Amino acid sequence: MSLRSRTVLGISAGLLALLAAVGFVPIQTASRDQIFEIPQGTWARRMSGDRVQILPDHIRLTLGLRDILVLRNHDAVPQIFGPTLMMPGQSFRLPFERAAEYQFACSAHASGQMTIIVEPNPATPWARLLWRARDLLQPRR
Amino acid sequence: MLLLAASAAAASLAELKAGVFEPPRPAPDFSLQGSDGHELRISHYRGKVVLLAFGFTSCTEVCPITLNTFALTRRKLGPAAADVQVVYITVDPERDVPGRLAKYLGSFDATFVGGTGTEAQLAVVRKDYGVSAEKKKFGDDYTYAHSSFTYLIDRTGRIRALMPYGHSPDDYVNDLTILLKE
Repeated sequence: MSLRSRTVLGISAGLLALLAAVGFVPIQTASRDQIFEIPQGTWARRMSGDRVQILPDHIRLTLGLRDILVLRNHDAVPQIFGPTLMMPGQSFRLPFERAAEYQFACSAHASGQMTIIVEPNPATPWARLLWRARDLLQPRR
Repeated sequence: MLLLAASAAAASLAELKAGVFEPPRPAPDFSLQGSDGHELRISHYRGKVVLLAFGFTSCTEVCPITLNTFALTRRKLGPAAADVQVVYITVDPERDVPGRLAKYLGSFDATFVGGTGTEAQLAVVRKDYGVSAEKKKFGDDYTYAHSSFTYLIDRTGRIRALMPYGHSPDDYVNDLTILLKE
C-alpha cells in the first residue's frame, strides 16, 4: 500500500472515530432555554413599515436538552408574542415535557399560526450527531 | 427571612407545568353578564385562584375537553377546589346568552361561571388578554377559531401563568396546588 493510500485511510479512520465519539458522548447543555427576544424599538420599526419577524413559524425544541421556550419583551409597548400578550419588560417561560407538535395561534405571523415541534431526546449516536450538527448551525442568541 | 421566602416561591414557580410570566401583571378587570345572573368581574374572585378560558358553547373540539379537564381537576383537588374558580368567557355572544352558558357549563361543574356581553365588550376583553377569535362561516352556520389556552390568576388577581391546551388534570392539580399555597 502506498504512502498516499495509507494517509487517506488514516485520515478516514480518524474522521470516522471522531464522528463515532461525537455520536457516543452524551449531550450536555449549559441551559435548556430557547430564548427569543423582542428588542427595544421593534414597535417603532414596525410602525415605520419595517417587517420585523422575531419568532420563526416553526420552532424546534428537544426534550431534556432545550425544552423551555423563553420569550422576552424588551420593547416599550405590549406585544402579542407567540401564544400570548406580553407587557414591556415581561418574560414568559414555557416548559415542554412531551414530544409532540404544538400549534399556537399567533397574530404576529402571516399564517396566524406558530408551530413548536418538540422532539424526543436523541437516544442513538446518529441522532446525537444530527442534533449537534443542527445546534452548531443554529444562529446564536 | 424575606429572601428565603422569595427564593422558595421562585423555586415553586419553576415547578409549574404552565408557562410562567415574570413579573406577573394584574388581570385586567371587566364587567360582563354572568351566567349566574349577576355582573361578572374578574376582581370579584380575589382570594381565589382563577382558571380563565375563552370559547363558545357550540365548540366541538377544544372547549368540551378543556372544561372537562377543569371539572376533573376540581374533583381531584378535593376540598381545596373551594378556592378555585373557573371563569369561561364566550367569543360567540350571538348564541351564548347567559341561560345557555349556564346550562352548558353546569353540565361540567355547577360552580363554573360564564361571561357574555356585546360584541364590542367582548372584543375589549379579548384585546386586554391577548386572546384571538375569528368567525368562520360555512353555509348558513358558523364556527370560531379561538385561542385555546387558559390563564392562571392568583389570589391577588395577577396573571401568573398560561396553560396551553391539552394539559392533563394532573398538570392543573400540580400548578393549582402551588398557587393555592401562596
